[in-house]
Amino acid sequence: MISSLLALVLIAAQDTTAGKVVYQKWCAGCHGDNGAGDGEAARFMLPHPRDFTGAVYQIRSTASGELPTDADLLRAIDQGLPGTAMPGWKTRLSDRDRHNVLAYLKTFSTFFADTTIKPKPLQFSRAPGGGSGADALRVGRQFYDSIGCRKCHGDQGRGDGPSAPTLKDDAGRPIFAADLTQNWRFNGGGSVEDIYHRLRTGLDGTPMPSFSDLLDQKFLTDEQLWRVAQYVRSLSPAEAPAVRDVIHAPQVTGPLPRSPRDSAWSRIDSYWFPLVGQVIKKSRWFDPAVTGVRVQAAHTRDSLALRVVWDDRSQSPDSAWLAHIGRVLAALASDDSAAAPAQPGLWPDQLAVQFPLTIPQGMERPYFLMGNATAPVYQWRWSSQGGAVAGLARGLERFEPLAGGGTVGAQAVYDHGEWRVVLARALATADTAHELQVRTSRAIPVAFFAWDGSNGEHGTRMAVSTWYFLALDEPTPARVFISPVIAMALTLALGMLVVWRAQRPKHVL
Amino acid sequence: MNRRLFSVLGGALVLTVCSPKDDGAARAAPPARTDAEEVQAGGTITGKIKFTGTAPRNPTIDMSEEAACKAKYKTAPTEENVVAGPANALANVFVYVSAGVPATQKFTAPTAAVVLDQDGCRYHPHVFGVMVGQPLEIRNSDPLLHNIKALAKKNRGFNVSQPNAGMTKTVSFPTPEVMVNLECNVHGWMRAYLGVRPDPFFAVTGPDGSFSIKGLPPGTYTIEAWHEKFGTQTATVTIAGTESKTANFTFAAH
Repeated sequence: MISSLLALVLIAAQDTTAGKVVYQKWCAGCHGDNGAGDGEAARFMLPHPRDFTGAVYQIRSTASGELPTDADLLRAIDQGLPGTAMPGWKTRLSDRDRHNVLAYLKTFSTFFADTTIKPKPLQFSRAPGGGSGADALRVGRQFYDSIGCRKCHGDQGRGDGPSAPTLKDDAGRPIFAADLTQNWRFNGGGSVEDIYHRLRTGLDGTPMPSFSDLLDQKFLTDEQLWRVAQYVRSLSPAEAPAVRDVIHAPQVTGPLPRSPRDSAWSRIDSYWFPLVGQVIKKSRWFDPAVTGVRVQAAHTRDSLALRVVWDDRSQSPDSAWLAHIGRVLAALASDDSAAAPAQPGLWPDQLAVQFPLTIPQGMERPYFLMGNATAPVYQWRWSSQGGAVAGLARGLERFEPLAGGGTVGAQAVYDHGEWRVVLARALATADTAHELQVRTSRAIPVAFFAWDGSNGEHGTRMAVSTWYFLALDEPTPARVFISPVIAMALTLALGMLVVWRAQRPKHVL
Repeated sequence: MNRRLFSVLGGALVLTVCSPKDDGAARAAPPARTDAEEVQAGGTITGKIKFTGTAPRNPTIDMSEEAACKAKYKTAPTEENVVAGPANALANVFVYVSAGVPATQKFTAPTAAVVLDQDGCRYHPHVFGVMVGQPLEIRNSDPLLHNIKALAKKNRGFNVSQPNAGMTKTVSFPTPEVMVNLECNVHGWMRAYLGVRPDPFFAVTGPDGSFSIKGLPPGTYTIEAWHEKFGTQTATVTIAGTESKTANFTFAAH
């Protein structure tokens, strides 16, 4: 109550002059002094910062084509837009500052000048119950197909539909169809309600249309549209994945699972690691398409296998994506290292798994960005065009495959927007000078790199992780389980002996 | 006084004439302009629009993802970027009076809707005009998802979906704008261009490159011809009484 009263007071007291000060300090770097989305940093961003002059906003409660409400704009300011460079400002700026900056950014567009037009939020219904049940999800899936979601978002929702390579925003810049299996990256939020609202309003400025007319013209019931939202929600995990630093590789009793489809993988814990653009060394990359990898590991007495799984909208090289690559390269400023503007090419998808050359004794590890001249790193490199090789890297652009490609083997599967790659090797190898000798029960540093060729990624233009750890767990010896039982039995026996002795009739001598 | 501007490009060589024929998709004629009640008397401007040089080839559309659309064509459909008629006539040019009509003069928009049809995964018509406030009915005749995105600067754009055959949406535009771009993001080749005008003095050239703008009161007007690939040209025409004047334009193909 008090907070809503306070909000009313603040809205009433919006001050564009004070808002301009806040804007110039915190917003202009990306959105530009004149609000045209052309600040200094804008040329390194995809999606591009919002151009306020057109007053076209993705995240609204209003019908497509209408202006957003103040509450809509404030939500974007407060919470940011997940999956983009826009952070939330609720904890960074005061209530007054955020309201003032909201008032100021509306001055960039003449559409807001007519204050007699009050944007009207759509009347949203509440989610029908049972949304996670099998029947509801089946209905949702049926309409997901029939209203054409899969055209862009793909059969399994990973943003790999047939129209995906052609998508552009209003300014002609490339834009990805959302990967619906990663709801924590949805621009307008990942809850069922958020998804339903986006279906109703569309995301103006992007290819995502509003589906409200379907309800108005009775091609779909409101409940059916909710089922679509619930189905889309079900494609993502209940919680956004959390990073755990150590990959535990259990020792498996059967043969090592070397196929990405081996059912043994379904019983092995999966670890998620976020990837970010390589922006440290030239030429830098500001638009990584691979935002994370899921890693599993298993070993036998003598061999190790790693399964790395990641979402990728294209099985590169794929000429259908060539125009998209051209748009990405045109939309993103290259840093000053490039002698000539990059030409689009048909590059493969790639993955690198990196270890130190020897297991370090302390916490010191080689430089995470592929080592350096004096301290090389040992890598497995897989390419969609040529399998895997092992080699040493002495810096970002200094990778040398071992003679004969080392001893790493790879099997890969691409399925509906997802790569699954298993890399396997013996724990001990002959070439001890150039290959990591893997040992159990040690924390082995490991890092990951990924390239989406159809997003223009190659060379130093890639997604990178930091160092994490891999631990090959020893099987628990049988005595660990048996000893407590024996101990308990002995304790029981002793106890009973004591009781028996105590209860024995005392003989008076 | 008629004037031709920017028309000279010497050495027009081989002229490729692209057929404007609309392969299988049966089609109604573009909606007739309904400006009769406003404009009976007045002058008329007619003209022919041609181009010099070789028209770029319209890319063939790959409709393999959309069997229902593909089935509507006997031969592979092409885009309609440059639709040429006999003797280098240029179709789909939006011709309108860009200046000269007094701002005080108000025209009532027809109440009849202009129809934009999505049929065979193409827009019909491809280039057209409406008056400010005039209803535009967007219709889906294909049994599959189209989204209709309007990209506008002076008007509010929008983006709505029509996943079913028989869906319609009626919109109107409050502000003059040449052109509002319409596109489908599911089918990247689908584009249409809409001129929004405050008066009825506009026309779109047909396959023979000709146009006619009727009912102009006496005055001196700037006539602009807009083509999606070849850009714009202007001419100045003075009308006195009910005479008929000619304004021809020649674009240079590039």
